[in-house]
Formats: sequence, C-alpha cells, structure tokens
Amino acid sequence: MNAFAALLTALERARSTGRKLELLTAYFKAAPAGDAAWALHLLTGRRPQRIATGPELRRWLGEATGLSDTVLEATYAHVGDLAETLALVLPPPRAGTQAPETSLQALLENTLAPLRGASAEARKSTLLTLWQAYPQGPRLWLNKLITGGLRVGVGEGLTLRALGQAFGLDPAVLQHRWMTPQAPTAEAFNALVDPEQATLHWAAPYPFCLAQPLRDGALPPHPSTAVLAEWKWDGVRCQLVRREGKTALWSRGRDRLEDRFPELTAAADDLPEGTVLDGELLAWAENGPGPFVELSRRLQRKRVTAALQRAVPVRFMAYDLLELHGEDLRPQPLEQRRQRLETLLSPAPAPALLLSPRLDNRSWESLAALRADARRQAAEGLMLKHEASAYESGRRHQSWWKWKLDPETVDAILLYAQPGHGRRANLYTDFTFAVWDQGALVPLAKAYSGLDEPTLERLDHWIRRNTKERFGPVRAVTPALVFELAFDSAHPAPRRKAGMALRFPRIHRWREDLAIEDADALETLRARLLPHG
Amino acid sequence: MTTPLLTLTDRGLHCPDGDFTIDPWRKVDRAIITHGHGDHARNGMGHYWTAAPGVPILRKRLGQYSPVEGVPYGERRTFGAVTVSFHPAGHILGSAQVRVQRGDEVWVVTGDFKREADPTCAPFEPVPCDVLVTEATFAYPIYQWPNPDTVMEEIYAWWQRCAAEDRPAVLYTYALGKAQRILAGLHAFTNETVWLHGAIDGLTRIYRDAGVTMVPTVPVSEMPRSDRGAGRLILAPPSAAGSKWAKRFRGASTGFASGWMQVRGTRRRKGYDEGFVLSDHADWPGLLRTVEDSGAQRVLATHGHTDALLAHLQGLGIEAQALATPYGETEAE
Repeated sequence: MNAFAALLTALERARSTGRKLELLTAYFKAAPAGDAAWALHLLTGRRPQRIATGPELRRWLGEATGLSDTVLEATYAHVGDLAETLALVLPPPRAGTQAPETSLQALLENTLAPLRGASAEARKSTLLTLWQAYPQGPRLWLNKLITGGLRVGVGEGLTLRALGQAFGLDPAVLQHRWMTPQAPTAEAFNALVDPEQATLHWAAPYPFCLAQPLRDGALPPHPSTAVLAEWKWDGVRCQLVRREGKTALWSRGRDRLEDRFPELTAAADDLPEGTVLDGELLAWAENGPGPFVELSRRLQRKRVTAALQRAVPVRFMAYDLLELHGEDLRPQPLEQRRQRLETLLSPAPAPALLLSPRLDNRSWESLAALRADARRQAAEGLMLKHEASAYESGRRHQSWWKWKLDPETVDAILLYAQPGHGRRANLYTDFTFAVWDQGALVPLAKAYSGLDEPTLERLDHWIRRNTKERFGPVRAVTPALVFELAFDSAHPAPRRKAGMALRFPRIHRWREDLAIEDADALETLRARLLPHG
Repeated sequence: MTTPLLTLTDRGLHCPDGDFTIDPWRKVDRAIITHGHGDHARNGMGHYWTAAPGVPILRKRLGQYSPVEGVPYGERRTFGAVTVSFHPAGHILGSAQVRVQRGDEVWVVTGDFKREADPTCAPFEPVPCDVLVTEATFAYPIYQWPNPDTVMEEIYAWWQRCAAEDRPAVLYTYALGKAQRILAGLHAFTNETVWLHGAIDGLTRIYRDAGVTMVPTVPVSEMPRSDRGAGRLILAPPSAAGSKWAKRFRGASTGFASGWMQVRGTRRRKGYDEGFVLSDHADWPGLLRTVEDSGAQRVLATHGHTDALLAHLQGLGIEAQALATPYGETEAE
C-alpha cells in the first residue's frame, strides 16, 4: 500500500505528463504483479465498492476524536472531501511509527474485501485500527479506497502508455489486449504484459478509432468529395463481434452489453464467422432514432423483459467493418471497408441491423446545410472521415472529424453551490442553476465545468459571503448571479420540478451584464426546446 | 448597566470608556495596534500605540515620522478609566495581545497569535481574562501543525535537491514574519546566503537590528543580472509569483510556505511545486488551549472561519460568538 500511496501522492504533485509517465512506468516496473494488477484496475477508473457510508464514517470519526457532528460537518464543508477530512482530523500515528508493510493486493483482498457486508462493529474496528496505523499521506488514499471515491488524474491512455514502456510492449498490441477486461489478478496482469504473442479472447474487440472535433468554423483540409459524411448519431458507440458462433456487444467503455440487447444478438446470428462491426446503438422510434434517454432505460437494466423490448426497440447502426471472415480490415482504406460493409448489409440480414447512410458530399455548403438539419434527424451533427483513412487507434485520428451542432444556451441564475473534488476539493465549483417559473425560481440544471481558475476563485469568494442557508456541504446563495449555460439537448423529465432536463449542461460564461430579471423563463424554454411536449 | 468594554463598530474594535480602537480599518484618533501586518496596521490614524519591539515595523509600514508610540510588554497604560497593556502573541516580531481592564473586568484581544516556538519573536504568554477576543484563521480540527523544525528540514532538503539539479529554489512566503522565521530556522542547517526579494529585504534588516540570528541574506537586486540563481534559495512574496521579476529564475522549482498548504485542494490549486505547512497562526489545538488557558467564560472570534470553533466552545459551555471583521483579507494569512 505504501508504494501505491506514494505513487498517488507523487502523481498528484506532478506538473507534466512526462513526469506522470515516468512515475507510472517506475511503479509498474517495481510492483509485484498482484499489486500492479490492482493499481492498473484503480488507475483506469475502476472503483472498489465502498465499505462504509459517509454518515457512518463521520460517526466513527466523532467517536474517535470526541468532536461533535456540528464541528465535523463544518470541517467537512471547509475541506470539501470526506476522505481528506478524515485523514487530517485523526491524530497522527505515534511518532516513529512506520506504516504497515501490507501490499496493495493484501490490503484490498485480505483486509478490505471481507469487510463488505460485515457488521458495523467489525468494519468500524478494522478501520479504526487502519487509521491509527497509517500516517496522514497514505491514510488519505486508504480512505479513498474505503469510500469508493478514488479518482486519479491520469487517463487510461497515459496509464497504458506507461505500462507499455515498463514492459517494452507495442502500444497497439497492448491496447488491443486491454479491450477485453480482466479481473485484477496477477495471472491476468502477467498475460496482459506478456512480451510473447498472447491469444486473445474470442470476444476481444478492437480499440476504437476516435475523431477529432472541428472547431471555430474550421473544415477538414480536403475537398468535400474526398470525405465520407454520415450523421453523428446520438447513441452508444459499440462494436458488434461475431466469432466462434457467438456474439458480443462492446461499448466504448469496455462494457459487455449483449445480455441487455438480445434482439441484437439474434440479429448477428446470420453474420459470417469472424465479423466485427463498428456502429451506434440507438433507441428506435417509428421511423428513426429515438432520444438518448430512451436508450438509457435499456442500458440501466441488466435483465431485459419482453415488455421493455417492445417499449424501447433498438437498432445497431453500422458504419464500419473492422473484420470479415476473420481478416483484420483495419489497415485498408475506409472506402474499401465501406464497400464491403455495404455489400454485407444489403440486404440487411436482420431488421435490427442498419447501415448508416452516406450523406451528400458534393460541396461543403451542402454538408453545412445537412448539419444544420441534424437535430431533426435526432443526430448531434456530422461525422467526416477521409476516404483513404485506415482504422487507427490510440490518439485521435488525423483524418476523422466530428462536426457537432452548436450547443443550445440558456441564461440561468445561480441557486446552490457545492465544493468540487480532487484539485477543487475546497473550492465551490459544482453549481445548481434555476430559471423563472411564474415569478418563482425552479432548479433547472447542475453544471460544474467551463469556468477558468481565477473566475472560480472570485465566484468562490462571492459564494462564501452570500450564503443564505447551508445543507451539509451545499450552500444556498442569494439569487443574484446569471450564467449562460450551454447544453446539447433537452428532454422531458416529469419527476423534476422544471419538468425537463438538459443533456451535458456546462457553464459558457458568467453574464455579469445581466440582472436576475433577465434570466430565461421555463415557459419560453419549454416552447423552444420541447416543441412536442 | 455599564457599556461593554469593547464593541465592534464600522471602524474596528472600539473601547468607548478608553476612547481607543484596536486594529482599526477606518480613520480614528487613537489606535492600539496588535502587530504590523497590513490588515491590522493601517494608515491615517491620529496616534498609534503598539508593543515596543513592533515600532520599527510600524514605522516602515506607516512612514518614518508617523505618530507611533512603543509600549514595553507588560507595562500598563491608562486611557480614561481603562488600563491597557501589551503581551507577547508569538505571531511575528512585536506582535501583541492587548489586555484591557476596567475595574476587575478583563478583556484580552489576541490579535494574530501562535503557540509554537519561533526564534524571531517573544513566545506567546497566556493572559487570564473574562472575555477573550480570539483570531480564528485556522479554526478547524484539520489544522494541526507539524513540528516547525521538521518543516524547516523539509525546506532545506528541497533547496538541496534543487541545488543538486542546478535549479533555483524560489520560496514564496509572506514578507513580514514568515520569511524571517524561515531564515532563522535555516540557520540550524546552513550558513549559506539566501537571496531576498526587495519587499523582504527591508523587513529582514529590521529583524537583524532587533538581534534575531538568521542565515546571511542578499537582495536579488545586488546580484549580477547574468546570475540566474541556479542552486540558490530565493525568498519572495506571493505577489511576485508569475511576475517579470520571477522570470529571471529560469527552470526554478517553486514552493509556498503557509498553513493553507495543509489542504490538498488549496495546495494543488495554487500551482506551486512544493507546499510547506508553516503558519504563524494558531492551529486548532492552539486555539482551544488558549481559550482554556485564559479561563474566559466568553469568547468572541474574528477572521471569518469561526463556525466549527464556536460550535465546539458552545459544546464546552462557553459563550461564543463571531465578530465580523475584515482581518485576514488583505494579507491572506
């Protein structure tokens, strides 16, 4: 645990990507496989199940320190991070005490795992012992494991690069192996980093090829006719894998989804052996894609009922062919892959499998006109891919672009503020915004990104002096500040006070020029955004 | 019923019977100053009284001929029916608690204070009182200061690491008090010369004149332009971070010494390479111990972060309230 805690502390202090890479590489080289497996698991965003709830931890902390709920509550609000509050409030271990030498694997598997579901007494006594054993530094990370809130500021990409460097592996090979998730065991880890060619699991998908965003009116440096244009669908990017007479459906987040979508598994039955399709999983209305919220109803259920299948039909909208008859087609130019895809899917072997249509690419003007119409197609904009492009992975592709619609905006009033996490743990950065409804304010959306650091500091200062009420770490502020929020779309949400919810709301700018009377009203928003609702 | 001994006005903590104001932030005739930091000692008052060792600092801030009168620690002065005396607060050179007595009623205003040892100033002296007006800058139980000697060792080790890499080590610190405390603390490890930003250099001279032993120092302005400070330790106020002045020290590792560095969010947000937990204010145990030592049955807390402290003291059966003062706003710590 000490080496892993030291790594996390060093990563947090590292100022450059190069330094982070160095630290990660050194850790993977030195760590025993059992520890490295868990570290990889945790660094790539898999979280251990929490062992105690926030209220439990606060109660135990109160018992251990003799501090009252009110004092701990105020302290937690000041720090903004429970794991850190615990680490700092508890007295340090007696001088000269060394942190236990327990390995990360042993701590997680032998000490923490048996606590899940154990009695409160058992959990409390083990945690108190651990707290007393570890100094403040490792104690923080231990608490993050206990609360299930460990987040590390390194991406999956960087972690894999480091792993590749540590074991001298080709990044493409490692990425491909990585696509099939494994349990955090020494055995799986050793197979992952084995320098000899390892056999892949039958269901192994390919690393996804990602597009770069087009910004500020820029266009790809090609004639429009050299670019394959499609709708940018608003669903879940997936690979449909058909091998050994079996079917797997993978999301980009490496989740296996086929059990939730039996109609797609059935549709893949007639695909040739050794086929991998790249495409979009979509909820389907009568004649076209349904809203994303419908699809989430299906994603949330592990076991799907016939009624739900009828209520929310789905389609797989294929746009690329990565493997056919067991042959890896990724190095081929897109135009060739596309032709083979069209042949494969016309006629479609099953109604649930669709071919994402090519759009009219005779000029950039015609494409711009189509993009403007994307919302009516339930699409987020256009995808543009150069006809000669290979299917690459790793960094964002140089010849694939996403040309998204400009976001919708709303002027809304700041109502509640809550401290952020990690680097922003004691800074108010998570906000709830409201709009007018018949002279009253109703909460419309939460947003927490989009402001730069100096603005956040200034806003934080303002929030602390204009707090009306506190609810734990949340502060209700005097309604006075107006912000422009951007969002991708809106959908009806009957359980919310506003009756609607925004997709991907983020803060565009602080409208210091606006008074709260100038903020938007719910009625006009509804009319603008939910024409059918 | 008599008037309260001290009352908060829009100018400061005012004593109607003695007709003086403690650490006023707007113009008054008679000002009692706890210490020379900018949020406590402001320009424009008719007359100033402060603890004798703090006079040169006040004169530097307010002007050489400003009407400042030094009072030795412990000596009693009479203002109408009220007696006033200054007692060491251990915050910076010349910092004082102000004891105010009327009949047998005693109030103590701590000003800023700390309980840890500091070779640059007289140690905090507990003063029994009925009402304690205490600062509450770090009034949460997460603030429990590490041993300052260990922190000095960390600073020295960091400097040596930078020297080994041939980089400058630029340590940002408050110009008055903290900087000199570090210079005195480093003396245990080295006698090597430390470079000072102009804002720190003048104040450091005052400390030397007061007989404080520190490592040798030299103002950055006296070093040849071609010397980019590789291997040097350079002290500068936080306002110099990111300035043109700081650009000279190419490839520098930066550090910040402050109690706020205890919290990870703050540490990361400030963007320094190193954060050293070193404060001239009382930590949570220091605040509680001071309340206890004073024997006060009533506590008034200033500096804003008072909620946890008030709740804790109330739980102990002590009457505790917040006083809304602007202290701690102009000079971060």
